[in-house]
Amino acid sequence: MIPLSWYLIFSAALFSTGLFGVLARKNAIAIIIGIELMLNAVNLNLVAFWRYITPDAITGQVFAVIVFAVAAAEVAVGLALIISIYRRRNTIIAEEIDMLKF
Amino acid sequence: MTALQIVFFIVAVVTIFAGLMAVTVGNLVHAALWLILSLFGVALSFGLLSAGFLAVAQVIVYIGAIAILIIFAIMLTRRVATDIGSQINSGWPWAAVIAFVLCGGLIWMLREWPGFSTLPPQMSARADSLSMLGMALVSPNAYVIPFEVASVLLLAALIGAIIIAWERK
Amino acid sequence: MGDPVTSIASWLENLLLGWGLSPGWVVFVMTVLGVFILATFVLVLDIFLVWVERKVVARFQDRLGPNRLGPFGLIQPIADVIKLLIKEDITPKGADRIVFNLAPIMALATVLLLWAVIPMAPTIVGSDINVGVLYIVAIGALSTLGIIMAGWASNNKYALVGAFRTVAQMVSYEVPMVIALLVPVLLAGSMGINSIVGAQNQLWFVFVAPIAALIVLITSIAELGRAPFDLIEAESEIVAGFHIEYTGMKFGLFYAGELLHTLTVGALISSFFLGGWRGPGAEAYPILGVGYFFMKAFFLYWVIMWIKYSLPRIRIDHMLNFNWKFLTPLSLVVLIVTAILHKVLENSDFWVYAVVMLAANLLIGWVTLQILRSRARVERQRVAEPRSVAVPPSSTISNPTA
Repeated sequence: MIPLSWYLIFSAALFSTGLFGVLARKNAIAIIIGIELMLNAVNLNLVAFWRYITPDAITGQVFAVIVFAVAAAEVAVGLALIISIYRRRNTIIAEEIDMLKF
Repeated sequence: MTALQIVFFIVAVVTIFAGLMAVTVGNLVHAALWLILSLFGVALSFGLLSAGFLAVAQVIVYIGAIAILIIFAIMLTRRVATDIGSQINSGWPWAAVIAFVLCGGLIWMLREWPGFSTLPPQMSARADSLSMLGMALVSPNAYVIPFEVASVLLLAALIGAIIIAWERK
Repeated sequence: MGDPVTSIASWLENLLLGWGLSPGWVVFVMTVLGVFILATFVLVLDIFLVWVERKVVARFQDRLGPNRLGPFGLIQPIADVIKLLIKEDITPKGADRIVFNLAPIMALATVLLLWAVIPMAPTIVGSDINVGVLYIVAIGALSTLGIIMAGWASNNKYALVGAFRTVAQMVSYEVPMVIALLVPVLLAGSMGINSIVGAQNQLWFVFVAPIAALIVLITSIAELGRAPFDLIEAESEIVAGFHIEYTGMKFGLFYAGELLHTLTVGALISSFFLGGWRGPGAEAYPILGVGYFFMKAFFLYWVIMWIKYSLPRIRIDHMLNFNWKFLTPLSLVVLIVTAILHKVLENSDFWVYAVVMLAANLLIGWVTLQILRSRARVERQRVAEPRSVAVPPSSTISNPTA
């Protein structure tokens, strides 16, 4: 029997790892990797709460499915933006992209 | 320690370790591969939580699409063949402090909540969560509107990504 | 008597319980043993597939094929394996060692993972999950990953270009495949492969949804990377693509993985559309079910080989056009029509249902052919009209294009 606390601690640790990635990395794509970790931690939390608190109502899983869709859309647009920035500025280090226009 | 607890423990340790490697490793393609391992660990956790459809959907959407997108973007945006310099920026001690404080704070606050250590209830009479999920996503009394809005969002993202990344000659 | 696998399994279980193991451990040991036996069986079948491939291609090309080693050349694959094992194992300089070595393992492992959900008999199935179809799509996504790893880790620009093209092709062709796979899911009312085979007790789905079967076949061949979609390993163009830097047994793993994947695709299509293990007497004697299953799987393997050795390679822009401008709209139309008819004819007699579905599919096929025909006519006209070329005044050429 796995108590709910184990899943919550697991997802809190994963979320903090993703947060560290977002705050401490230079490359924009590495920041997106951190964002993905955070979204996964959130999904895990949602499904854990569904399973433990309300297994008869399917709301938790529906939420998780919508988060999948939003995460996919966000990564697609984010990476398109990064590729476009790379084409113009030839860099994707977040610290170097600091001017609106040359 | 029952077998299920051992399996959960292994999955959790591997996932968090892979997540840590994904955010600290210098070589970006390696970071993406560690991310994939972490995503696979989350898919296994979904399986442990009796959400089989979500486990398989996680593999298809995250590993099969998002991770491959990330790897493609890494390969298309490399200035030189190998990444130069450290990939951790100068503010990383503060980032580590914030991450630890957040994690500790979340766990400490959740311990006050009475439902923190609930044990998993029996899934009532093997109700088929897959058909329930399908019905909930298209039923007007349930979640058809968020479902349709998510479809429109994906269409907008598709069109937007194509236009942003279009090479203007 | 007709079900040796279940009787051996229950005998073994009783033996283990008699030795005093707790039920949890008995289940664990039986599962590990089952995995081991299935993987070994499938991999040994893979060696046999090498022989089948070489003999059949030889016959298609009007020659004999290997016939010196052993009767009918049956020992030839073993000679091939020994040759690959004793070749030098080269890792290119600058390649990423761990990823380079992991990629062929992933390529073969993802094919083995597919065998876990295919029912070979009414009582023999690795794991009867209720999202089997989605599991297969997920494993396809994992195999794409193995190819990127191979292409990137080789530190070779041809390998990288080959890997990009491969992934573009595989990811594109997943879309009509998933849509067309929804048709048998719709007809059977469940995503579990066991249930889909179970729902074909009156009529095989290939007679009720032939266009969906054809789309699944074509997109599966594209997913495999076999001809006519084998641009990814076009020897004349990009020098063997993503597995160019692999020598010896690592290349052998890629090659064997491709052949095994072809057989697995044949087994899957036979489960979805040709009734899987169904045949006369299969429910009473499950061992016959295994025989029918493999007969159908090998028949589809032969069809895929027939297509491979008869058609020329498709160009990359034609391939992407074919997918996005033809297969995806066609599969969407088939899915919508099937869904509507399935709902409308829900309570009618079974044979009315089957005939109406078949007629609707034939109508869609005929309309598609008419559209293609008129488009081709327009294209031919555009290409055939005499174009003005610079002719010298003394020339007597009247029609430059014959």
